[in-house]
Amino acid sequence: MAVLELTNISKHFGAIQAVNDVSLSIEPGQVVGLMGDNGAGKSTLVKMIAGNFRPSHGTMRMDDKELILHKPVEARQHGIEIVHQDLALCNNLTAAANVYLGRELRRGVGPFRILDYAAMYKRAGQIFAELKSETRPRDLVKQMSGGQRQAVAIARTMLSQAKIVLMDEPTAAISVRQVAEVLNLIRHLRDQGIAVVLISHRMPDVFDVADRVIVMRRGRKVADKAIALSSPEEVTGLITGAIEQVA
Amino acid sequence: MAVTVDQTIAQKQHSFLSRLFSSQTFWVVIAVILACIFLSFATDAFATSKNLYNITRNITFVAIVALGMTFVIITGGIDLSVGSVLCLCSMVLAVTMHAGYSIEIGILASIATALVIGAFNGIFIAYLGFPPFVVTLGMLSIARSLAMVASNNTVVFQFGPDHDKLLALGGGAWVFGIANPVLYMILLALITGFILRWTKFGRHIFAIGGNEHAATLTGVPVRQIKVAVYMISALSAGIAGIIETGWLGAVTTNLGNGMELQVIAATVIGGANLAGGVGTAFGAIVGAALIEVIRNSLGLLGINAFWQGTFIGGAILLAVLFDRIRNFRRSD
Repeated sequence: MAVLELTNISKHFGAIQAVNDVSLSIEPGQVVGLMGDNGAGKSTLVKMIAGNFRPSHGTMRMDDKELILHKPVEARQHGIEIVHQDLALCNNLTAAANVYLGRELRRGVGPFRILDYAAMYKRAGQIFAELKSETRPRDLVKQMSGGQRQAVAIARTMLSQAKIVLMDEPTAAISVRQVAEVLNLIRHLRDQGIAVVLISHRMPDVFDVADRVIVMRRGRKVADKAIALSSPEEVTGLITGAIEQVA
Repeated sequence: MAVTVDQTIAQKQHSFLSRLFSSQTFWVVIAVILACIFLSFATDAFATSKNLYNITRNITFVAIVALGMTFVIITGGIDLSVGSVLCLCSMVLAVTMHAGYSIEIGILASIATALVIGAFNGIFIAYLGFPPFVVTLGMLSIARSLAMVASNNTVVFQFGPDHDKLLALGGGAWVFGIANPVLYMILLALITGFILRWTKFGRHIFAIGGNEHAATLTGVPVRQIKVAVYMISALSAGIAGIIETGWLGAVTTNLGNGMELQVIAATVIGGANLAGGVGTAFGAIVGAALIEVIRNSLGLLGINAFWQGTFIGGAILLAVLFDRIRNFRRSD
């Protein structure tokens, strides 16, 4: 059964048709590469799933229930997590503080509730261990490598029972070794039954880790097929428009 | 691989000592202690109980305001209006009590004034997107002018029926001969330290200073928190104003003139970073202490008072220089 199902979704801003009649479904434990040139409508589509925009037309269903999002917090409550392109990390805070930013654990009663440092360090450490990332919860993010920073951002999505994780260009600005680390992190999410939508410009990453590729051009979905049945050449053709559309 | 992932994760990278030695606040404390030891031997007047009483009490007014300023500076903002707000709050207290109202009503009016001004600053900054420098610079001018309007630019030195209570509040020494303002300072420092270290609010203040965009994306109520920090800053100025009124026994519209710079200097010397994200309550107190010890010692050593600014300015640069050197080493 699909964890997320979009039916005939469109979004226009005034006269500009950013997303045009897109339908797709995402299965649990599946990594979907979402590709397309700048302005193809990827970001708009993702922002609708993340609750930043409301679709002009069409419906979204999650676990067979209609999904209507007014703001990003509601998406999070439904188990939709986003890893932002700039990772949204605070350099002056520790890894654990960043993981728990905005949903800090506290202990005590009523107005006398204080931050529960021990519990946050412990849980953050467990998540990093699950991700097989050498990241220390007590270290400042300032001193971390690109791969560790990605691990911190991804660890956030594992605090709650995420069903679907949207990742915006996670491999855009990091070294080759760190790219491998990030792709491993994505596989760990998948192995836990979480659906991952990977928005990327990097063909090798998508073909390395994704199960399926969706290509968008000028607001329309022009391809949606298993990675095994496609090739980088075909996807390039679809992105640029050299190939009009494939089934 | 000899070291597993779990061991790496469990490892603490910094010992207590290494953290201590890398903190600017620690070195400022050492500087204050060394200066005190030196002055005890170099002059007869320094280590007398009367002089120490004076020093500790003089520290308090700058230190209390610096505690409030620390919140603002951690978020990456600045509040230039504190000196004027201190004056206005003093004046509101003085005028209210002079008109025959009780000390409770006077203090209430004074604190309400501070909170309204802080909220005004905060709303302009957080909701209308004005730069903090501009808003609080405007308020610096407005608040002092309002203080002049409230008092018709006269000196108020009679505080109605509760005159003696007010003077005792600011000028007394109720516990072990420690000046009352010092007790208030210690209490406020403990509260500030607690909020910064142990509350969600404190955590979010640091997050805003570190990366405001990230704080917004992760669901931190950035705007409300910004309004709150400017209200805290104005409140601390108001509290300092009330105490200073009681200590001086008179209020002029000149009170707190130029104080904002001393306060900012104290927080920066104590280790706060004007770029945001760093600062402690203890640092604010220690910074204020260093400034006061410098001022006091110059007087005792018979150095012309005109040199004060040079020494305090030098202390600011030196403190930040230490910080720069540490960062250079780290980035190597």
